[in-house]
Amino acid sequence: MQAFTTLNGLVAPMDRANVDTDAIIPKQFLKSIKRTGYGPFLFDEWRYEDHGEPEMDCTNRPKRGDFILNQARYQGAQILLARENFGCGSSREHAPWAIVDYGFSCVIAPSFADIFYNNCFKNGILPIVLDDAQMDTLFDACAATEGFSLSIDLPAQTVSLPSGQVLSFEVDDFRKHCLLNGLDDIGLTLQNADIIRNYEATRIQTAPWLF
Amino acid sequence: MAKTLFEKVWDQHVVSKNDDGSVLLYIDRQLVHEVTSPQAFEGLRIAKRKPWRVNASVATPDHNVPTTNREQGITDPVSRTQVEALDANCEEFGITEFGLGDIRQGVVHVMGPEQGLILPGMTVVCGDSHTSTHGAFAAIAMGIGTSEVEHVLATQCLIQKQPKTMRIRVEGDLPAGITGKDVALYIIGEIGTAGGTGYAVEFAGSAIRMLSMEARMTLCNMTIEAGARCGMVAVDDMTIDYVKGRPFAPKADAWDRAVTAWSELHSDADAVFDKELLFKAENIAPQLSWGTSPEMVLPITASVPNPEDARDDVQKEGWIRALTYMGLEAGTALQDISIDKAFIGSCTNGRIEDFREAAEMVKGKTVAANVKLAMAVPGSGLVKQQAEAEGIDEIFRQAGFEWRDPGCSMCLAMNADRLEPEERCASTSNRNFEGRQGLGGRTHLVSPAMAAAAAIAGHFVDIRDWV
Repeated sequence: MQAFTTLNGLVAPMDRANVDTDAIIPKQFLKSIKRTGYGPFLFDEWRYEDHGEPEMDCTNRPKRGDFILNQARYQGAQILLARENFGCGSSREHAPWAIVDYGFSCVIAPSFADIFYNNCFKNGILPIVLDDAQMDTLFDACAATEGFSLSIDLPAQTVSLPSGQVLSFEVDDFRKHCLLNGLDDIGLTLQNADIIRNYEATRIQTAPWLF
Repeated sequence: MAKTLFEKVWDQHVVSKNDDGSVLLYIDRQLVHEVTSPQAFEGLRIAKRKPWRVNASVATPDHNVPTTNREQGITDPVSRTQVEALDANCEEFGITEFGLGDIRQGVVHVMGPEQGLILPGMTVVCGDSHTSTHGAFAAIAMGIGTSEVEHVLATQCLIQKQPKTMRIRVEGDLPAGITGKDVALYIIGEIGTAGGTGYAVEFAGSAIRMLSMEARMTLCNMTIEAGARCGMVAVDDMTIDYVKGRPFAPKADAWDRAVTAWSELHSDADAVFDKELLFKAENIAPQLSWGTSPEMVLPITASVPNPEDARDDVQKEGWIRALTYMGLEAGTALQDISIDKAFIGSCTNGRIEDFREAAEMVKGKTVAANVKLAMAVPGSGLVKQQAEAEGIDEIFRQAGFEWRDPGCSMCLAMNADRLEPEERCASTSNRNFEGRQGLGGRTHLVSPAMAAAAAIAGHFVDIRDWV
């Protein structure tokens, strides 16, 4: 997994609540058996005027002019601003795969759906929770300034605005540790193999029907 | 110390605790399907890892499978590749699979309980958000992403942070014709799609105790639409009776021991929850979603809402967008909304009880002329077989419904079953998101009886007038 430490990147705003993972990556792209290649289909139904299919060449597909990521000023964005309950619905990890494949590595929102939030950390994406007032500040600043960018510092747990304003955010120690070091948490868990075996040896005595 | 049901099951599965408060949680059962597993198996192969405990996982293809003309195989080559990958992966890693030709194949969340793979007090995961279904058995059942599918395959554990607890009590008698689906939609309408975020929910109260296991599964299934980590119902005689005798359920002495242990699977009388909600059963009418989020739901007697009445600007924008997408105008009576298609099935409502309830509505009647397609899609081969033994398939066929083979079908439209742009569907599934049932398709979430009655009338009706 790609490590995340600091990032200074262009910001794009997604100003709507309850963005679901069906919208982030529609179902037809879930037929792939790979982890990569989803970026061109991120937000496919909102982004293009035609119907997208897996493996399609998206270079010449007609784009919806009113969709935020199609605007010239947001090309190359690495940080996505979002509203409440971002990533709700389906557990599909194809959603963070599409987000990271597109080029985003940080999503900032007032709240995330649990499964999506968890999936982000497995894919080198930092999901940051800020309060509604802070989000409004970021959305306003982003709309007002072309080329608006933010500096994210995961070790310090801060988001810095060009104005000099610095916002702090919370993140679990373990998730932070894994993200900072790009760690494969299966390998970490397997370091505890003996503890897992001991648990099983005890559990099989009290609840043998589970084995 | 008094414990909630969730805390009892959680504590029994903690392998170790980490310094930051997260735990290594042991997982008893993993259900596997073709869409969220190929990359997990590929990860095992790359790292040269084997499944930790191969008999803890059971697989079946469901999302991508055709519901007609099965003998011709899967015609879409991309779908076929994915289903074949599941077959090959299960073969390679030694995982039990109920493949396409097996009578036990079906929607993973219908197949699991049916086979007795879900037992009270278990921890259950699957790479599918509707894994919450299995909380009906007093199990902690959670949807996970593909990285975690791989993690569970490789270690039989997950790194988890303990969620907060919420108890939702529904007290009193449910009015006639009100189903588990109506209870679920009503609660989501009240608390919102993020109302349960960060919580493990326990459903309790006299109305919940009266629900059948099928209805409890429907209710827990929809818990994820309220954003909760999982939903649960305590064990009672109904739970035990449902599990008894199923193929993977314990037998003989093990059964007796298990039943004794399961009798503890309820919240202690003085257990403390982080949040408590109370609803009155008598207030629940047949529910119908009007918008593009499961919280956009109203009783069938209501009218399409006016965005001017929204609580804030974010909700107002959401409502305006939803009304445009759904092609609806504020003030239209919900019963005046006509439909193009009807879909009865899915992990939410694809069990035998659902088809019995729907069949009651269509018996001796005919699908309305304006309804282009009415589909009944059993949740598993065994549900299909049971329904056919009861003559339910004939009732549907004679009314003009198509009687299909089991799979997820038009719940998420990964296979050929889908809505065309602007087609409006009465659907027993779980999500009415934009494009969920097909690009531009318009989904109204309802109970099986409500979907069946809408197919007959050609528009939504209050089924309380029909019974």
